[in-house]
Amino acid sequence: MELVPLLLKILYAAIMLVVVLTIAGYSVLIERKVSAYQHGRIGPNRTTTPFIRPIPVIGPLLTRLGIIQLPADGLKFLFKEDFTPPYVNRPFFWAAPLIAFVPSLAVIAVIPFGQYTSPLTGEMIPLVLAPMDLGVIFVLAIGSLSVYGVVLAGWGSNSKYSFLGGIRSSAQMISYELSLGLSIFPVFLWMNAPGSDAGLSLSSVVEAQNTMWFLVTCPLSAFLFLVGIFAETNRLPFDMAESETDLVGGFHTEYSSFKFGLFFVGEYGAMAVGSALFVLLFLGGWNFLPFLANPWPAGWIGSVLSVLWFLVKVVGMITFFVLIRWTLPRYRFDQVMKLGWTVLLPLAIANLIVNAAAVAIHDLW
Amino acid sequence: MAETKVLERKPLSLAERSNLPQIVSGLKTTVSHMFRKKVTLQYPEVRPTLPEGYRGVPTLVHDPHGREKCVSCQLCEFVCPPKAIRITPGEIDPEAETAHVEKAPKEFEIDMLRCIYCGLCEEVCPEEAIFLQDVYSMTGYSREEMVNNKEKLYELGGTLPDHHYKWDKKRAAEDAAKARGYAHS
Repeated sequence: MELVPLLLKILYAAIMLVVVLTIAGYSVLIERKVSAYQHGRIGPNRTTTPFIRPIPVIGPLLTRLGIIQLPADGLKFLFKEDFTPPYVNRPFFWAAPLIAFVPSLAVIAVIPFGQYTSPLTGEMIPLVLAPMDLGVIFVLAIGSLSVYGVVLAGWGSNSKYSFLGGIRSSAQMISYELSLGLSIFPVFLWMNAPGSDAGLSLSSVVEAQNTMWFLVTCPLSAFLFLVGIFAETNRLPFDMAESETDLVGGFHTEYSSFKFGLFFVGEYGAMAVGSALFVLLFLGGWNFLPFLANPWPAGWIGSVLSVLWFLVKVVGMITFFVLIRWTLPRYRFDQVMKLGWTVLLPLAIANLIVNAAAVAIHDLW
Repeated sequence: MAETKVLERKPLSLAERSNLPQIVSGLKTTVSHMFRKKVTLQYPEVRPTLPEGYRGVPTLVHDPHGREKCVSCQLCEFVCPPKAIRITPGEIDPEAETAHVEKAPKEFEIDMLRCIYCGLCEEVCPEEAIFLQDVYSMTGYSREEMVNNKEKLYELGGTLPDHHYKWDKKRAAEDAAKARGYAHS
């Protein structure tokens, strides 16, 4: 590989990383604000810096929106005492936050986030770091690795709360991974129905939703995938790994300072990536609206617009995740298992069979 | 004996077992709360309105003529359950206009780390000199700072209206008695 394209790739990757981490960080702010509004509170509205406060109108507005809260929280995590309890298994204890953090970021390499239409040839190129033909398989494979972070944290911490959190989390992840994986097969069955050959890349999913979103054509798949994403990202109502009401902090009970911060960012990063996946697979990615042609003009303006529209959808999904969290109580562990194995898995299999049959019948006609 | 009525528990319908209608109605509730008026009070800028009869920090008050009302009878010191009050009694200068009151506190200390805001001092005071008013935020960096001395207590208390002017009446009565020849002190 030549040097210049390599450096460009690294630069793009760095930019992407910064953007995703910022979104993950600000989804914490979304969480705090939305939960506050739901409780009739105002949420973080005081944190400010000397550089922002004196700006006439924008300064107080930014302060009231809590924009500075994120760097303040991050600095707080950095400067806290990093305490490693004497009874932990050190290699696992140190590796766990990284293993929880890295997969959610690795996945972003194959996530397309916009399109570039060449003004000369009219050719459409999706914007993505690594245009991989097996995008979906990669996402499912790498994304499911993040459970090892939780499991290692639970076992390495050598404390009963962490241990219970780790066990619950691993059982839950394994149960929901099945229905999660099965739920997106129908989407790809339809895309690769005889006569069309779209492959398994995520950008082709978006292209296939040019006229109609998969949310409308495969609603059951969308629902199963949504539930699976909730479980995979350990969000309420499937908050088994943390369960702070009965397990203190679950798998991260013994963690402090920056290691806890890594878990924290990893969790929200996973949520952002999960939202992006749902948008790509079922909400049409950066396609404008169902039945409407994309209004994005050719050239870089269209690219920027498509990326912004994609981000709007992702932020909307993140807000939905947050709304659900502050609405529902947590399922009991046996209920989670029962729901996963006796409801969602049979539903996913039935969904797959019905859709496969429908594709076959569609082909016959 | 009351009759026990056994209520039959109906089996859940399919819609109820799927949890989905409940999730939707729950979302409706939480989302509608997002757009209601916020109940947060922006505390240091906005203060709560205190109800009448609020028991805040105990303070000493002057009467409208500017006389300090406390006569250091020490009843509050004796009644104070956590022993937060310490009074050093002193004499009033015989040349002063209020010399007939005879006594006033030389030092009056209330330890706010001990005070339990019970209001017994206010209740027991025969001179209506000590009041629990609307100050509720007491902070300090040391134990010494949390002891309110006489000066601080009067600063917090200010002046409250007096309905009796007990000592003025007493002096008027004494003067009248003297005029009629019954010198009694």
